[in-house]
Amino acid sequence: MTRASAQDWVDDLLAGDRRTLARLITRVENRTPDSHAALARLYPHTGRAYLVGITGAPGTGKSTVVNALTRTLREREQTVGIIAVDPTSPFSGGAVLGDRIRMVDLAGDRGVFIRSMANRGSLGGLAATTGDVARVLDAAGFDVILIETVGAGQSEVDIARTAYTTIVVDAPGMGDDVQAIKAGILEIADILVVNKADRPGAENTVRALRAMLELGHRLRTNLHHGELLARPASPDASIYDFWQVPILKTIATEGEGLGALADAIERHRAYLADSGLLVERQRAGIEAELAARLREALLDQLIRQRTPAALEELIERVLARQLDPGSAVRMLMDGSA
Amino acid sequence: MSERKIRVLIAKPGLDGHDRGAKVVARALRDAGMEVIYTGLRQTPEMIAEAALQEDVDVVGLSILSGAHMALVPRVIELLRAEGLDDVIVIVGGIIPDDDIPALHAMGVSAVFGPGTSTEDTIAHIRQAVASRSAPQ
Ligand code: B12
Ligand SMILES: Nc1nc2c(ncn2[C@@H]2O[C@H](COP(=O)(O)OP(=O)(O)OP(=O)(O)O)[C@@H](O)[C@H]2O)c(=O)[nH]1
Ligand SMILES: [Mg+2]
Repeated sequence: MTRASAQDWVDDLLAGDRRTLARLITRVENRTPDSHAALARLYPHTGRAYLVGITGAPGTGKSTVVNALTRTLREREQTVGIIAVDPTSPFSGGAVLGDRIRMVDLAGDRGVFIRSMANRGSLGGLAATTGDVARVLDAAGFDVILIETVGAGQSEVDIARTAYTTIVVDAPGMGDDVQAIKAGILEIADILVVNKADRPGAENTVRALRAMLELGHRLRTNLHHGELLARPASPDASIYDFWQVPILKTIATEGEGLGALADAIERHRAYLADSGLLVERQRAGIEAELAARLREALLDQLIRQRTPAALEELIERVLARQLDPGSAVRMLMDGSA
Repeated sequence: MSERKIRVLIAKPGLDGHDRGAKVVARALRDAGMEVIYTGLRQTPEMIAEAALQEDVDVVGLSILSGAHMALVPRVIELLRAEGLDDVIVIVGGIIPDDDIPALHAMGVSAVFGPGTSTEDTIAHIRQAVASRSAPQ
């Protein structure tokens, strides 16, 4: 299936061709030159979908929540695109992507499209191209896009920059609850879910999270200003204080509590829209994305301008303590290396 | 970094609960640098074809130890073709009597790997099949 141009890709995508959607995602993941042109073409058709992130420690039930939440959204007549990210093995560069195992209920539904992605070495819970893949699904017309991050339980700010509503999934018996706040994951939560509420200890987990939320409240507000938003949304920064992060219990395996979760997403969406924060989040996301892409492009360019031998020589000099790493970088920048 | 990763779907069609082999193969392919989508047990041929389409895989690997391969494999291949996935490479592993192998090949199966075959052979076969299939596009 050879396509003459990016226009052909985008025409077929907008016409709802699922094979084109799947193949275009592969090209975007591989960053082929024709995918750059296609992304430029389809960008005007994006911005309609609502992006929801699902993150949390490994095994808390993220995929099962995605499966059950998607069923609820489908009952509400919304179409759903799903991106499920799993880690790439640093040793081989390969990956086993297993999130689909929990999403079997969604098979056979044309209103759902599931795509597994390996993070391909990117840190922060997503692959470098996840945002672009979400744009392809957005242009293809899905109402909601659910993005499941790698289950790292670390400070996964990438998802908070990409999604409009970020759901952090916890579960009883995952052990060290204090770890969660240390890792900073609570700071990015717009909605907290205590999944596996059928298990003993769910109430304790809810209580622990509530206590931590209260403690971390100021911290959260500050982070949104300092990291997610380059500039304050309004002169009155206290606007952030109005969103109360709900803590919801679910039993994803039984489909329980998902209606309340879908409602909370709707409420948060309305809150972001009414407060003007939705646009602010998008602006902050674009700013962060441009900065990251520029960094990468400049690095690429700089490295391409140097011969491997020149870099090798610098490394040797740093190794031999003749040159410190900071000076080496300055020499690379001003062209004296 | 526009290196092209080989994507493989490993699926267990039917009611067969033997999943050790599928997991061994999935891990071996990962260790060979491939991206493996593992969909778990009890997949219908329809589910497998749909996952192959959405995930845009190069290879579909079916693991069957139940003896139902002569019913399941042609159905999967038929559905893949119906979705326009004619160029997807199909390989089969598990308990497959030698007598059935020619018929599977005739259906379009690229290779069959029974118990005791080394995963190195599977990896080599996939690499070679993907390379020879790849049009310049
Ligand atoms: C372990 C085992 C079980 C375990 C399974 C545990 C599990 N989670 O996997 C348990 C005890 C549960 C079990 C149950 C049954 N089993 Co059993 N089981 C076996 C046994 C002894 C070994 C299978 C195994 O795990 N091998 C190790 C793995 C690594 O090897 P493998 O699966 O063959 O995979 C290799 C290759 O085949 C290939 N491969 C496999 N899949 C794929 C996929 C791809 C894409 C590729 C490229 C390669 C590939 O690569 C792998 C590595 O070399 C076999 C006998 C045997 N020696 O094979 C019987 C066997 C498979 N079982 C059999 C039977 C009948 C059953 C039961 C129906 C028994 C019963 N009456 O209750 C149940 C059915 C369970 C079910 N729900 O399906 C029969 C099947 C007969 C047939 N097909 O005609 C066998 C052959 C035993 C026999 N000789 O009768 N079983
Ligand atoms: N008891 C109980 N088990 C659940 C529930 N939700 C999920 N599980 C189980 O928890 C295990 C992990 O679920 P997943 O959905 O794969 O978890 P995950 O967070 O996506 O895992 P990773 O992607 O590997 O980080 C599975 O065995 C699920 O069946 C629940 O509500 N109750
Ligand atoms: Mg998962």
